[in-house]
Amino acid sequence: MTDDIRPVLHAQGISKFFPGTIALDDVELRLYPGEVHALLGENGAGKSTLIKCLTGAYQRDGGTITLDGQEVNPQSTAASQKLGIGTVYQEVNLLPNLTVAENLFLGRQPVRYGIVSRRKMNASARATLSGYGLDIDPAEPLSAYSVAIQQVVAIARAVEMSGKVLILDEPTASLDRDEVQLLFSVIRQLKARGLAIVFITHFLDQVFDISDRATVLRNGRVVGTRLLQDVTPKDVVTLMLGRQLEARVQERKTGAVGKTLIEIQNLSKRGMIEPFSLELHEGEVVGLAGLLGSGRTETANLIFGVVQADGGKIKLRGQDITINRPRDAVAHRFALCPEDRKTEGIVGDLSVRDNIILALQARQGWMRPIPRAKINEIAESYVRALDIRLASLDMPIRLLSGGNQQKALLARWLATNPEFLILDEPTRGIDVGAHAEIIALIEQLREDGMALLVASSELEELVAYSTRVVVLRDRRQVSELTGDQITPDNIVRAIADEAAATVETA
Amino acid sequence: MIRSTHLPLIITLATFVLAFALCGYAYPSMLSTRVVANLLTDNAFLGIAAVGMTFVILSGGIDLSIGSVIAFTGVFLAVILRETSIHPLMAFALVLVITTAFGGAMGALIHYLEMPPFIVTLAGMFLARGAAYVLSTESVPITHEFYDVLQDLYWKAPSGGRFRLIGGVMVLTFLVGIIVAHRTRFGQNVYALGGGQQAARLMGVPLASTTIGIYAISGGLAGLSGIVFSLYTSAGYSLATVGVELDAIAAVVIGGTLLTGGYGFVAGTFFGILIMGLIQTYIVFDGTLSSWWTKIVIGGLLFAFILLQKGLTWATQARQRTVTGSAAPS
Repeated sequence: MTDDIRPVLHAQGISKFFPGTIALDDVELRLYPGEVHALLGENGAGKSTLIKCLTGAYQRDGGTITLDGQEVNPQSTAASQKLGIGTVYQEVNLLPNLTVAENLFLGRQPVRYGIVSRRKMNASARATLSGYGLDIDPAEPLSAYSVAIQQVVAIARAVEMSGKVLILDEPTASLDRDEVQLLFSVIRQLKARGLAIVFITHFLDQVFDISDRATVLRNGRVVGTRLLQDVTPKDVVTLMLGRQLEARVQERKTGAVGKTLIEIQNLSKRGMIEPFSLELHEGEVVGLAGLLGSGRTETANLIFGVVQADGGKIKLRGQDITINRPRDAVAHRFALCPEDRKTEGIVGDLSVRDNIILALQARQGWMRPIPRAKINEIAESYVRALDIRLASLDMPIRLLSGGNQQKALLARWLATNPEFLILDEPTRGIDVGAHAEIIALIEQLREDGMALLVASSELEELVAYSTRVVVLRDRRQVSELTGDQITPDNIVRAIADEAAATVETA
Repeated sequence: MIRSTHLPLIITLATFVLAFALCGYAYPSMLSTRVVANLLTDNAFLGIAAVGMTFVILSGGIDLSIGSVIAFTGVFLAVILRETSIHPLMAFALVLVITTAFGGAMGALIHYLEMPPFIVTLAGMFLARGAAYVLSTESVPITHEFYDVLQDLYWKAPSGGRFRLIGGVMVLTFLVGIIVAHRTRFGQNVYALGGGQQAARLMGVPLASTTIGIYAISGGLAGLSGIVFSLYTSAGYSLATVGVELDAIAAVVIGGTLLTGGYGFVAGTFFGILIMGLIQTYIVFDGTLSSWWTKIVIGGLLFAFILLQKGLTWATQARQRTVTGSAAPS
């Protein structure tokens, strides 16, 4: 790349190691003045680690950062702020109990003889904010205003204090469409003022809306930096997911699909997922595809009653059922293996045996304990059937490997003999061998006549076992692929589709 | 301009005015400068300690040690004035240094060891009380003539009320406390800490110095309160002021400060103290009621104020304004 302009911030060869993993490996990032630079990558790609290295929250293990040609080495977020690198986080990191002006000026209030001049502070806060298109009373507490306004105040604070580089870490995650536009107009103004802006988001259309350049990270490495005017959303998605996307011909067993088991009609939850409808048959695997934040987990949680829906209904074999909590779902013989195995799945200090029996015992009620012999029989049979490798059933489950933990969780739900099994990222963070076994198990369960809903970011995996794939984008169901349509290429196209449309009309 | 954040303060003030009016209606003689003067004198030590407690609670913490520190201060002064020929003013300075350092040390433990303030100050409470016992287990009278001088300092109002020195010290402490809390960077940092430690850290608030400063202020003011208490009783007794920390917490909460930190006013605590004192005075005037009624009324008031705070929090959340004035040019 031969750019005439010198980058404001140039990070080279940034490396960061955590015990057992390489979080960042030789990462390079150039930020130019007056440019919005999107930082993209799936979860765990290293985006936030990179940001933390830049802002001094983490100490990097290798590499250099130059700011305006000077090498810098910030030791804390406060230090990087002084150097000129300001950060705004997804969760507004301001103080709701203080006034807008106090938030804006905390730590640098105008003082005279040690006494803060409130009048001066409020006046200059008002002046500053009007520069951002906000006409609000700075003497009101911050909590009186919407998240979008709080976000703009946070940006104003970061810019006023730093003024060279502004890092926006998922600032739009909890904003609605109009609020995003408010934020974007502020970003455009700052761009015009010559700031270098880093923009992190999971919303691809927003990336193409506001950014000039994008750097894509995967597994701690930069897989590419692109000028966005030269590429299509599909190129970017391909870079992010980074798989061999030539359509491999899958040997698909189109086993006979059974009777309709579950009908979901316009189930929705405001702010989480738009109304969606879905029909599931016995002996069918429906895949849920979409980028992170597209609503996969939300869909699973809504069906299982982890989150209460505020609209729509669910029918089981034609009968209306109400699911207000996971207990209701379990009573209807639903099961859910959550995405976050460590915090939502396993009970780390309990034995493998207790973990396997947990859901079954919970359904029975605590007054009717399952006899010890029966427990052992169930646990042992699943350990054998799923080939869970362990030294003893008594060992705490947290000592097992990720793959074996996942299999034990599957055993927990299979023990309840479910009719409908929801798996949220069943293969995340497990080794290749266990990966293949879990996929084989999904096939097996399907052939046995169970209905499965599997959310996954592994496209090839989805292609391998799904009889249908539902694609989600921006918390909305955007398309459904069946039969031969199910190829990684088609899924990527469906995920990227609307972003492409936005660019064409822009 | 009245803002929603001022509402608890206004309610406290209204409660005080209403209570005073009721008292005046029942016993017209309560509407005298004498009663007001006594209200200030009798509650001086509690008020001073409550200013420190306000800072602690505003920051989201708690200080259980102050009752013990007050007792320790009293015993320390009594013993040192009996055993040595040191001037009381020197003794005052000495004890203020000790109590401030004691508070600061607790703050340092809380910050650097990331220990809950409850535990650390509970330890401080036992430590200070134990130190008082070590000095003397009996009530030690203070007979220094300088004490008589200080105790005889008062301004007599035309209608007969005697505004004594210690009441003045309390009022002065409140005035300084108000300025520090609301008009200095340190005060803003205290509120920031109470609003959210994580956010405060990211915004560059110096957590260590602020936390240590807060508990040092609380310790130092407990020392000052102990000095005032020794002037009030002319003695030092290691069994005195048991549970005063709880009275102080009650005054702070009745004064409209949120126990979880971040919201409240030092001035509110002043009226909290006055309300509590007023209840006591009323019962004295009544003569037939047992003094335990004070505790019952204060308990009821506390409940009412906690409910009120919760209600206000809900109300603010429900009324979160959306984009009010976005004139964003795009």
